[in-house]
Amino acid sequence: MAMTDQEMLKGLGEIVDEVAGVPADQVTPDKSFVDDLDIDSLSMVEIAVAAQDKFGVEIPDDQLKNLKTVQDVLDYLRGAGVSA
Amino acid sequence: MRLSEGSPGTRILAFGGYQPAKVVTNDDLAQMVDTSDEWIRSRVGIESRRIAGPDESLADIASAAGGKALAASGLSPDAIDLVVVATCTPESPIPNIAATVATRLGIAAPGAYDLNAACAGFCYAMATASDAVRAGTARHVLVIGAEKLSQWIDWTDRSTCIIFADGAGAAVVGPVAEPDDPPGIGPVVWGSDGNLADKIYIADRNSFIVQEGQAVFRWATTALHPIARKACEAAGVDPADLAAFIPHQANLRIIEAIARKLGAPQAKVATDIVTAGNTSSASIPLALSRMAEQNELGSGDLVLLLAFGAGISYAAQVITIP
Repeated sequence: MAMTDQEMLKGLGEIVDEVAGVPADQVTPDKSFVDDLDIDSLSMVEIAVAAQDKFGVEIPDDQLKNLKTVQDVLDYLRGAGVSA
Repeated sequence: MRLSEGSPGTRILAFGGYQPAKVVTNDDLAQMVDTSDEWIRSRVGIESRRIAGPDESLADIASAAGGKALAASGLSPDAIDLVVVATCTPESPIPNIAATVATRLGIAAPGAYDLNAACAGFCYAMATASDAVRAGTARHVLVIGAEKLSQWIDWTDRSTCIIFADGAGAAVVGPVAEPDDPPGIGPVVWGSDGNLADKIYIADRNSFIVQEGQAVFRWATTALHPIARKACEAAGVDPADLAAFIPHQANLRIIEAIARKLGAPQAKVATDIVTAGNTSSASIPLALSRMAEQNELGSGDLVLLLAFGAGISYAAQVITIP
Protein backbone atom coordinates (compact mmCIF):
# COMPACT_ATOMS: atom_id res chain seq x y z
CA MET A 1 0.00 0.00 0.00
CA ALA A 2 1.57 3.27 -1.04
CA MET A 3 1.18 5.89 1.66
CA THR A 4 3.18 8.95 2.68
CA ASP A 5 4.67 9.25 6.16
CA GLN A 6 2.18 11.99 6.87
CA GLU A 7 -0.75 9.78 5.87
CA MET A 8 0.61 6.95 7.98
CA LEU A 9 0.96 9.23 11.00
CA LYS A 10 -2.57 10.53 10.49
CA GLY A 11 -3.92 6.98 10.29
CA LEU A 12 -2.06 5.94 13.43
CA GLY A 13 -3.33 9.05 15.24
CA GLU A 14 -6.91 8.09 14.39
CA ILE A 15 -6.33 4.59 15.75
CA VAL A 16 -4.83 5.85 19.02
CA ASP A 17 -7.71 8.28 19.40
CA GLU A 18 -10.27 5.52 18.89
CA VAL A 19 -8.57 2.93 21.10
CA ALA A 20 -7.30 5.08 23.96
CA GLY A 21 -9.11 8.40 23.62
CA VAL A 22 -5.85 10.30 23.06
CA PRO A 23 -6.49 13.19 20.61
CA ALA A 24 -4.89 12.40 17.25
CA ASP A 25 -2.93 15.67 17.15
CA GLN A 26 -0.98 14.56 20.24
CA VAL A 27 0.25 11.48 18.41
CA THR A 28 3.54 12.81 17.08
CA PRO A 29 6.63 10.76 16.16
CA ASP A 30 8.65 11.65 19.28
CA LYS A 31 5.96 10.49 21.74
CA SER A 32 6.40 7.40 23.90
CA PHE A 33 3.21 5.36 24.13
CA VAL A 34 3.64 4.49 27.80
CA ASP A 35 5.32 7.61 29.17
CA ASP A 36 3.74 10.38 27.09
CA LEU A 37 0.40 9.01 25.90
CA ASP A 38 -0.39 6.83 28.96
CA ILE A 39 -1.14 3.78 26.82
CA ASP A 40 -0.78 0.37 28.47
CA SER A 41 0.14 -3.03 27.04
CA LEU A 42 -3.47 -4.10 26.37
CA SER A 43 -4.21 -0.87 24.50
CA MET A 44 -1.06 -1.51 22.47
CA VAL A 45 -2.56 -4.85 21.43
CA GLU A 46 -5.75 -3.06 20.36
CA ILE A 47 -3.68 -0.53 18.42
CA ALA A 48 -1.79 -3.37 16.71
CA VAL A 49 -5.06 -5.07 15.74
CA ALA A 50 -6.51 -1.82 14.39
CA ALA A 51 -3.25 -1.10 12.53
CA GLN A 52 -3.51 -4.49 10.86
CA ASP A 53 -7.02 -3.64 9.65
CA LYS A 54 -5.96 -0.18 8.43
CA PHE A 55 -2.49 -0.83 7.00
CA GLY A 56 -2.64 -4.57 6.29
CA VAL A 57 0.48 -5.23 8.39
CA GLU A 58 0.51 -7.71 11.24
CA ILE A 59 2.38 -6.61 14.36
CA PRO A 60 2.87 -9.76 16.48
CA ASP A 61 3.00 -9.60 20.29
CA ASP A 62 6.74 -10.33 20.37
CA GLN A 63 7.40 -7.31 18.10
CA LEU A 64 4.98 -5.09 19.97
CA LYS A 65 7.15 -4.81 23.06
CA ASN A 66 9.92 -3.22 20.97
CA LEU A 67 7.66 -0.48 19.64
CA LYS A 68 8.01 2.15 22.34
CA THR A 69 7.46 5.38 20.43
CA VAL A 70 5.16 6.52 17.64
CA GLN A 71 8.25 6.70 15.41
CA ASP A 72 9.01 3.03 16.18
CA VAL A 73 5.58 2.05 14.85
CA LEU A 74 5.97 4.24 11.75
CA ASP A 75 9.39 2.64 11.10
CA TYR A 76 7.90 -0.83 11.56
CA LEU A 77 5.07 -0.11 9.14
CA ARG A 78 7.47 1.40 6.63
CA GLY A 79 9.76 -1.64 7.01
CA ALA A 80 6.77 -3.83 6.20
CA GLY A 81 6.26 -1.91 2.99
CA VAL A 82 3.35 0.36 3.86
CA SER A 83 4.93 3.67 2.83
CA ALA A 84 5.77 4.57 -0.75
CA MET B 1 -34.96 -50.63 17.50
CA ARG B 2 -36.96 -47.59 18.63
CA LEU B 3 -35.69 -44.06 19.18
CA SER B 4 -36.53 -41.86 22.15
CA GLU B 5 -39.13 -39.18 21.64
CA GLY B 6 -37.88 -35.68 22.33
CA SER B 7 -39.22 -32.18 22.53
CA PRO B 8 -39.27 -29.91 19.47
CA GLY B 9 -37.89 -27.01 21.46
CA THR B 10 -36.25 -26.36 24.80
CA ARG B 11 -36.18 -23.52 27.28
CA ILE B 12 -34.66 -22.38 30.53
CA LEU B 13 -37.05 -22.68 33.47
CA ALA B 14 -35.01 -20.98 36.20
CA PHE B 15 -31.60 -19.73 37.31
CA GLY B 16 -29.64 -19.84 40.55
CA GLY B 17 -26.30 -18.44 41.67
CA TYR B 18 -23.96 -18.75 44.61
CA GLN B 19 -20.91 -16.74 45.64
CA PRO B 20 -18.76 -17.59 48.66
CA ALA B 21 -19.05 -15.12 51.55
CA LYS B 22 -15.43 -14.07 51.69
CA VAL B 23 -14.73 -10.84 49.78
CA VAL B 24 -11.14 -10.20 48.68
CA THR B 25 -10.50 -6.60 47.65
CA ASN B 26 -7.72 -5.22 45.47
CA ASP B 27 -6.21 -3.64 48.57
CA ASP B 28 -6.12 -7.08 50.20
CA LEU B 29 -4.14 -8.38 47.19
CA ALA B 30 -1.82 -5.37 47.29
CA GLN B 31 -0.75 -6.61 50.75
CA MET B 32 0.28 -9.95 49.20
CA VAL B 33 1.82 -9.04 45.82
CA ASP B 34 3.25 -5.95 44.14
CA THR B 35 0.06 -4.47 42.68
CA SER B 36 -2.48 -1.73 43.38
CA ASP B 37 -6.20 -1.07 43.28
CA GLU B 38 -5.71 1.42 40.44
CA TRP B 39 -3.63 -0.99 38.34
CA ILE B 40 -6.09 -3.88 38.73
CA ARG B 41 -9.12 -1.70 37.96
CA SER B 42 -7.53 -0.24 34.84
CA ARG B 43 -6.20 -3.52 33.41
CA VAL B 44 -8.93 -6.02 34.22
CA GLY B 45 -11.79 -3.95 35.69
CA ILE B 46 -12.11 -5.92 38.92
CA GLU B 47 -12.80 -4.18 42.25
CA SER B 48 -13.31 -7.25 44.42
CA ARG B 49 -13.87 -10.99 44.11
CA ARG B 50 -15.19 -13.87 46.20
CA ILE B 51 -12.97 -16.69 47.42
CA ALA B 52 -14.22 -19.95 48.93
CA GLY B 53 -13.47 -20.74 52.54
CA PRO B 54 -10.98 -23.49 53.38
CA ASP B 55 -13.75 -25.95 54.19
CA GLU B 56 -15.89 -25.08 51.19
CA SER B 57 -15.54 -27.68 48.44
CA LEU B 58 -16.40 -27.39 44.75
CA ALA B 59 -19.35 -29.74 45.35
CA ASP B 60 -20.56 -27.37 48.11
CA ILE B 61 -20.44 -24.38 45.78
CA ALA B 62 -22.06 -26.27 42.91
CA SER B 63 -24.80 -27.67 45.16
CA ALA B 64 -25.64 -24.21 46.52
CA ALA B 65 -26.22 -22.79 43.05
CA GLY B 66 -27.93 -25.92 41.75
CA GLY B 67 -30.27 -26.02 44.74
CA LYS B 68 -31.36 -22.43 44.15
CA ALA B 69 -32.09 -23.05 40.46
CA LEU B 70 -34.00 -26.23 41.28
CA ALA B 71 -36.09 -24.43 43.93
CA ALA B 72 -36.78 -21.52 41.58
CA SER B 73 -37.94 -23.92 38.84
CA GLY B 74 -40.72 -25.27 41.06
CA LEU B 75 -39.84 -28.79 39.95
CA SER B 76 -39.48 -31.60 42.44
CA PRO B 77 -35.99 -33.15 42.51
CA ASP B 78 -37.26 -36.36 40.94
CA ALA B 79 -38.26 -34.44 37.81
CA ILE B 80 -34.57 -33.93 37.01
CA ASP B 81 -33.07 -36.81 35.05
CA LEU B 82 -29.71 -35.36 34.04
CA VAL B 83 -27.18 -33.23 35.94
CA VAL B 84 -24.27 -31.63 34.09
CA VAL B 85 -21.57 -29.71 35.92
CA ALA B 86 -19.25 -27.58 33.82
CA THR B 87 -16.00 -27.18 35.71
CA CYS B 88 -12.24 -27.16 35.19
CA THR B 89 -11.27 -26.99 38.85
CA PRO B 90 -12.28 -30.21 40.62
CA GLU B 91 -10.22 -31.20 43.65
CA SER B 92 -9.72 -34.63 42.04
CA PRO B 93 -10.64 -36.36 38.75
CA ILE B 94 -13.02 -38.92 40.34
CA PRO B 95 -15.69 -39.08 41.53
CA ASN B 96 -17.27 -36.42 39.37
CA ILE B 97 -18.97 -33.45 40.99
CA ALA B 98 -22.31 -33.96 39.22
CA ALA B 99 -23.27 -37.22 40.93
CA THR B 100 -22.41 -35.82 44.36
CA VAL B 101 -24.40 -32.66 43.72
CA ALA B 102 -27.39 -34.69 42.51
CA THR B 103 -27.44 -36.81 45.65
CA ARG B 104 -27.14 -33.77 47.91
CA LEU B 105 -30.10 -32.14 46.17
CA GLY B 106 -32.23 -35.26 46.49
CA ILE B 107 -32.18 -36.01 42.77
CA ALA B 108 -32.36 -39.79 42.61
CA ALA B 109 -30.17 -41.63 40.08
CA PRO B 110 -30.00 -39.06 37.27
CA GLY B 111 -27.48 -39.22 34.48
CA ALA B 112 -24.60 -37.16 35.87
CA TYR B 113 -21.36 -35.98 34.37
CA ASP B 114 -18.81 -33.19 34.56
CA LEU B 115 -17.83 -31.31 31.42
CA ASN B 116 -14.57 -29.44 30.92
CA ALA B 117 -14.48 -26.72 28.30
CA ALA B 118 -12.80 -24.35 30.78
CA CYS B 119 -14.38 -20.88 30.78
CA ALA B 120 -16.59 -21.90 27.82
CA GLY B 121 -18.07 -24.73 29.89
CA PHE B 122 -21.47 -23.32 30.76
CA CYS B 123 -22.48 -22.67 27.14
CA TYR B 124 -21.23 -26.15 26.17
CA ALA B 125 -23.24 -27.68 29.02
CA MET B 126 -26.33 -25.65 28.09
CA ALA B 127 -26.04 -26.90 24.49
CA THR B 128 -25.65 -30.56 25.46
CA ALA B 129 -28.51 -30.27 27.96
CA SER B 130 -30.78 -28.71 25.34
CA ASP B 131 -29.82 -31.38 22.81
CA ALA B 132 -30.57 -34.14 25.34
CA VAL B 133 -34.07 -32.75 25.92
CA ARG B 134 -34.65 -32.37 22.18
CA ALA B 135 -33.48 -35.92 21.59
CA GLY B 136 -35.60 -37.25 24.44
CA THR B 137 -32.72 -38.74 26.44
CA ALA B 138 -33.61 -36.35 29.27
CA ARG B 139 -36.71 -34.36 30.20
CA HIS B 140 -35.30 -31.83 32.66
CA VAL B 141 -31.62 -31.06 33.08
CA LEU B 142 -29.86 -29.24 35.90
CA VAL B 143 -26.92 -27.40 34.34
CA ILE B 144 -24.31 -25.95 36.67
CA GLY B 145 -21.13 -23.96 36.07
CA ALA B 146 -18.99 -24.15 39.21
CA GLU B 147 -15.38 -23.23 39.89
CA LYS B 148 -12.98 -23.08 42.77
CA LEU B 149 -10.15 -21.43 40.88
CA SER B 150 -8.56 -20.26 44.13
CA GLN B 151 -7.04 -23.69 44.63
CA TRP B 152 -5.23 -23.49 41.26
CA ILE B 153 -3.89 -19.94 41.71
CA ASP B 154 -0.32 -19.06 42.60
CA TRP B 155 -1.01 -16.36 45.18
CA THR B 156 2.44 -14.89 44.55
CA ASP B 157 1.77 -14.43 40.80
CA ARG B 158 0.38 -10.93 40.40
CA SER B 159 -0.63 -11.55 36.77
CA THR B 160 -3.18 -14.24 37.68
CA CYS B 161 -4.13 -13.94 41.36
CA ILE B 162 -5.85 -10.60 40.71
CA ILE B 163 -8.13 -12.13 38.05
CA PHE B 164 -9.53 -15.49 39.06
CA ALA B 165 -12.16 -16.24 41.70
CA ASP B 166 -14.73 -18.76 42.96
CA GLY B 167 -18.46 -19.14 42.42
CA ALA B 168 -21.24 -21.13 40.78
CA GLY B 169 -24.32 -20.53 38.69
CA ALA B 170 -27.01 -22.87 37.47
CA ALA B 171 -30.02 -23.22 35.17
CA VAL B 172 -32.80 -25.76 34.81
CA VAL B 173 -33.39 -26.73 31.17
CA GLY B 174 -36.57 -28.42 29.99
CA PRO B 175 -38.95 -28.76 27.06
CA VAL B 176 -41.08 -25.86 25.81
CA ALA B 177 -44.47 -25.77 27.55
CA GLU B 178 -46.40 -26.44 24.33
CA PRO B 179 -44.94 -28.07 21.20
CA ASP B 180 -45.74 -24.98 19.12
CA ASP B 181 -44.08 -22.54 21.53
CA PRO B 182 -41.00 -20.78 20.18
CA PRO B 183 -37.77 -22.30 21.48
CA GLY B 184 -36.06 -20.60 24.44
CA ILE B 185 -32.59 -21.92 23.68
CA GLY B 186 -31.11 -21.20 20.25
CA PRO B 187 -28.58 -23.27 18.31
CA VAL B 188 -25.09 -23.28 19.77
CA VAL B 189 -22.19 -22.00 17.70
CA TRP B 190 -19.09 -23.60 19.15
CA GLY B 191 -15.53 -24.39 18.31
CA SER B 192 -11.97 -24.70 19.51
CA ASP B 193 -8.35 -24.15 18.48
CA GLY B 194 -5.71 -26.38 20.01
CA ASN B 195 -2.98 -24.28 18.42
CA LEU B 196 -3.58 -21.84 21.27
CA ALA B 197 -3.56 -24.51 23.99
CA ASP B 198 -0.40 -23.03 25.51
CA LYS B 199 -1.96 -19.60 26.09
CA ILE B 200 -3.95 -20.62 29.21
CA TYR B 201 -3.02 -23.83 31.05
CA ILE B 202 -2.28 -25.66 34.26
CA ALA B 203 0.75 -27.85 33.55
CA ASP B 204 0.11 -30.65 36.07
CA ARG B 205 -1.41 -31.40 39.46
CA ASN B 206 1.34 -29.53 41.31
CA SER B 207 1.11 -26.42 39.13
CA PHE B 208 -0.95 -23.28 38.97
CA ILE B 209 -2.87 -21.50 36.24
CA VAL B 210 -0.68 -19.70 33.72
CA GLN B 211 -2.00 -17.21 31.19
CA GLU B 212 -0.37 -15.24 28.37
CA GLY B 213 -2.48 -12.16 28.88
CA GLN B 214 -1.61 -10.25 25.71
CA ALA B 215 -2.12 -13.24 23.42
CA VAL B 216 -5.46 -14.09 25.00
CA PHE B 217 -6.53 -10.45 24.83
CA ARG B 218 -5.64 -10.25 21.14
CA TRP B 219 -7.51 -13.47 20.34
CA ALA B 220 -10.57 -12.53 22.40
CA THR B 221 -10.90 -9.05 20.94
CA THR B 222 -10.54 -10.19 17.32
CA ALA B 223 -11.98 -13.73 17.00
CA LEU B 224 -15.09 -13.65 19.15
CA HIS B 225 -17.46 -10.98 17.89
CA PRO B 226 -17.96 -12.93 14.63
CA ILE B 227 -18.86 -16.02 16.72
CA ALA B 228 -21.36 -13.93 18.68
CA ARG B 229 -22.92 -12.67 15.46
CA LYS B 230 -23.09 -16.22 14.05
CA ALA B 231 -25.03 -17.35 17.12
CA CYS B 232 -27.54 -14.57 16.48
CA GLU B 233 -27.79 -15.55 12.81
CA ALA B 234 -28.24 -19.24 13.70
CA ALA B 235 -31.13 -18.29 16.01
CA GLY B 236 -32.63 -15.87 13.48
CA VAL B 237 -32.21 -13.00 15.92
CA ASP B 238 -31.15 -9.49 14.93
CA PRO B 239 -28.47 -8.26 17.40
CA ALA B 240 -30.47 -5.03 17.61
CA ASP B 241 -33.27 -7.03 19.30
CA LEU B 242 -31.08 -8.39 22.11
CA ALA B 243 -32.10 -7.21 25.58
CA ALA B 244 -28.76 -8.27 27.02
CA PHE B 245 -25.34 -9.56 26.08
CA ILE B 246 -23.64 -11.76 28.64
CA PRO B 247 -20.10 -12.62 27.62
CA HIS B 248 -17.80 -14.66 29.85
CA GLN B 249 -16.50 -12.30 32.51
CA ALA B 250 -12.83 -12.60 31.62
CA ASN B 251 -11.64 -9.01 31.68
CA LEU B 252 -13.72 -5.82 31.54
CA ARG B 253 -11.70 -4.54 28.61
CA ILE B 254 -12.33 -7.72 26.62
CA ILE B 255 -16.04 -7.46 27.45
CA GLU B 256 -16.18 -3.83 26.30
CA ALA B 257 -14.21 -4.51 23.11
CA ILE B 258 -16.44 -7.43 22.06
CA ALA B 259 -19.60 -5.51 22.95
CA ARG B 260 -18.44 -2.56 20.86
CA LYS B 261 -17.76 -4.79 17.84
CA LEU B 262 -20.96 -6.83 18.23
CA GLY B 263 -23.22 -3.92 17.30
CA ALA B 264 -26.08 -4.43 19.73
CA PRO B 265 -26.52 -0.93 21.11
CA GLN B 266 -29.75 -1.66 23.00
CA ALA B 267 -28.36 -4.66 24.86
CA LYS B 268 -27.41 -4.41 28.52
CA VAL B 269 -23.89 -5.76 28.81
CA ALA B 270 -23.11 -7.82 31.90
CA THR B 271 -20.15 -6.49 33.86
CA ASP B 272 -20.35 -8.73 36.90
CA ILE B 273 -16.58 -9.19 36.75
CA VAL B 274 -16.30 -5.93 38.70
CA THR B 275 -17.42 -7.58 41.95
CA ALA B 276 -17.16 -11.28 41.06
CA GLY B 277 -13.79 -11.57 39.32
CA ASN B 278 -13.27 -14.15 36.59
CA THR B 279 -15.10 -17.28 37.75
CA SER B 280 -14.59 -19.26 34.53
CA SER B 281 -17.61 -21.47 33.72
CA ALA B 282 -19.61 -19.87 36.56
CA SER B 283 -19.41 -16.32 35.25
CA ILE B 284 -22.28 -16.43 32.74
CA PRO B 285 -24.86 -18.23 34.93
CA LEU B 286 -23.86 -16.02 37.88
CA ALA B 287 -24.55 -12.91 35.81
CA LEU B 288 -27.80 -14.40 34.48
CA SER B 289 -29.09 -15.30 37.91
CA ARG B 290 -28.17 -11.90 39.35
CA MET B 291 -29.90 -10.09 36.49
CA ALA B 292 -32.97 -12.30 36.90
CA GLU B 293 -33.02 -11.78 40.69
CA GLN B 294 -32.74 -8.01 40.37
CA ASN B 295 -35.41 -7.93 37.65
CA GLU B 296 -33.03 -6.38 35.15
CA LEU B 297 -34.52 -8.62 32.48
CA GLY B 298 -38.12 -9.42 31.62
CA SER B 299 -39.74 -12.69 30.68
CA GLY B 300 -39.20 -13.41 26.98
CA ASP B 301 -36.18 -11.10 26.68
CA LEU B 302 -33.57 -12.31 24.21
CA VAL B 303 -30.09 -12.69 25.68
CA LEU B 304 -26.89 -13.60 23.87
CA LEU B 305 -24.42 -15.76 25.80
CA LEU B 306 -20.77 -15.95 24.69
CA ALA B 307 -18.30 -18.14 26.54
CA PHE B 308 -14.60 -18.59 25.78
CA GLY B 309 -11.46 -19.78 27.45
CA ALA B 310 -8.65 -22.30 27.69
CA GLY B 311 -8.40 -24.90 24.98
CA ILE B 312 -8.89 -22.55 23.29
CA SER B 313 -12.63 -23.25 23.27
CA TYR B 314 -15.68 -21.10 22.73
CA ALA B 315 -19.47 -21.35 22.45
CA ALA B 316 -22.36 -18.94 22.01
CA GLN B 317 -26.13 -19.17 21.92
CA VAL B 318 -29.19 -16.97 22.23
CA ILE B 319 -31.62 -17.77 25.05
CA THR B 320 -34.87 -16.26 26.28
CA ILE B 321 -35.47 -15.30 29.90
CA PRO B 322 -38.13 -17.50 31.57
